[in-house]
Amino acid sequence: MTATLIRTLLALGMLSLAVLAGVAIGETPIDPLVVLQVLANKLWGAGYALNPIDEGIVWNYRLTRALVAAACGAGLATCGVILQSLLRNPLAEPYLLGISAGASTGAVLVALLGVGAGLLTLSAGAFVGAMTAFALVVLLARVSGTSGGAGQIILAGIAGSQLFNAMTAFLITKSASSEQARGILFWLLGNLSGVRWPSVWLAVPVAVAGLVVCLWHRRALDAFTFGVDSAASLGIAVRRVQLVLIGCAALVTAVMVSIVGSIGFVGLVIPHAARLMLGTGHSRLLPASALGGALFLIAADVLSRTLIKGQVIPVGVITALVGAPVFALILIGRRNAR
Amino acid sequence: MSVLSCSGLGFRVRDAELLNDIDLEVRLGETLGIVGPNGSGKSTLLKLLAGLRAPATGEVRLGGQRLGELSRRSIAQQLAVVEQQADTDEAIRVFDAVALGRTPWLSALSPWSSEDDAIVRQALHDVDAAHLSKRTWRSLSGGERQRVHIARALAQRPQILLLDEPTNHLDIQHQLAILREVQSLPVTTLIALHDLNQALTCDRLAVLDHGRLVALGKPLEVLTPQRLLDTFGVQAHYLTDPFDGAQILRLRST
Repeated sequence: MTATLIRTLLALGMLSLAVLAGVAIGETPIDPLVVLQVLANKLWGAGYALNPIDEGIVWNYRLTRALVAAACGAGLATCGVILQSLLRNPLAEPYLLGISAGASTGAVLVALLGVGAGLLTLSAGAFVGAMTAFALVVLLARVSGTSGGAGQIILAGIAGSQLFNAMTAFLITKSASSEQARGILFWLLGNLSGVRWPSVWLAVPVAVAGLVVCLWHRRALDAFTFGVDSAASLGIAVRRVQLVLIGCAALVTAVMVSIVGSIGFVGLVIPHAARLMLGTGHSRLLPASALGGALFLIAADVLSRTLIKGQVIPVGVITALVGAPVFALILIGRRNAR
Repeated sequence: MSVLSCSGLGFRVRDAELLNDIDLEVRLGETLGIVGPNGSGKSTLLKLLAGLRAPATGEVRLGGQRLGELSRRSIAQQLAVVEQQADTDEAIRVFDAVALGRTPWLSALSPWSSEDDAIVRQALHDVDAAHLSKRTWRSLSGGERQRVHIARALAQRPQILLLDEPTNHLDIQHQLAILREVQSLPVTTLIALHDLNQALTCDRLAVLDHGRLVALGKPLEVLTPQRLLDTFGVQAHYLTDPFDGAQILRLRST
């Protein structure tokens, strides 16, 4: 028990340091001490005399951005773990399975129809899109091959991604003004620049709740190691667990997509690294992946802001630049394992 | 006393009738073998008895209660299954694979206890696999994997053990070792078997043919030369082993 407590504190410490670094590093570097003073002012009314512009940048722009990046990374990595374990496929993750694309279509549809462009309605639209996409992809994989080949669902995911991306593009071209279109396209690539406090209040609780639900089902996730029948014979109510956890993954993905667009490969790279370091048990794999995802996306965001002076690269581009080679490595590794 | 039974059990996939009107009572403590040609429904019967598939007709009773009325969890606390060739790509360790057997006894909030630890070690010891406990799944041979599967089932501490051709794809030494281990276990055992001479060592045998139960009883009374000709399509006669007086089947194609 004490070991768990120490690990949790250690994880939170690392996370805090990463957020601090994410806030301090940027086009105009801000002294970490100033960052801490801003936090002290805002949280406890410490009353340090600070430059109000610095204070504004730290509190309203950088901190929200770092927190949403952390939540988003943690959420997507958790989704990756769920999907990989339930589908027994090391390549499964929201982006490659078309869930992110479906969520994008749903969110864009809501935004363009003007059903209300609030964060919650966007997320709801994205959730419906995500579930639809996942159902379609699973159906296609089932119909096209009963052998349950590992590649089948990824191929189906590619088809699903293409379909939903095309639908999104169609919707934008048909209904969006050129200004809207520019905004949406930039958001689609994965973009953290628009986030403010309301996004934080949505992203952080959803990421934490997703992690808690998964941890609650950690033994069930372990039980899927040898397949669905094996899980059932170990006393797992397979259908219910699948429904709850896939729903959870779709919801987390949908919320993250509606806030920052579709960011790929986080759910692939991080769980894979966590498995290599910690083994297969979900009681450690899940928190480690969530932490890793948070750190990874904060780092990716810092890179996206600093790599090219005066320009912001969409964070999805950074994650893909790291993730695609990892995807290739896993593919090669699987071949060698045969 | 019957610990597991079924009546009027039937199962079909689309138009193909895989099982038809099976009545079977498994007695407490016995080793009941299931034999039959390929495709006769052995695996399907085990899956239905374990509640892994829902029957099209009839019902399964576990300790007097209908399977459909029991939760998956309480079924798993009484009955464990060793599937044919369940595999994984995960780099899971042997100890952790066997520890999965404790799943039905643990809830989301209950921590892993030293008692669970002891049960897993005992299960590994029972199948003579204690020395494998730190190895990864991928590094195991087919026979070692099968023993780990059986250890996982034992870690469930079931009253009933269902095994689907556990000796398949094993070399002869491991076939005999696993069979001996299984039969020495203090649980009621239902075991699908391919090798008829191995089946002779069971307490009772059930013979399946095209999804029907065609014979049930003591091995030597069930596996008569006529039955072997009708069901398996082979000529058979019994020899007596001069070493211990046991009956051995000699089989020839017709």
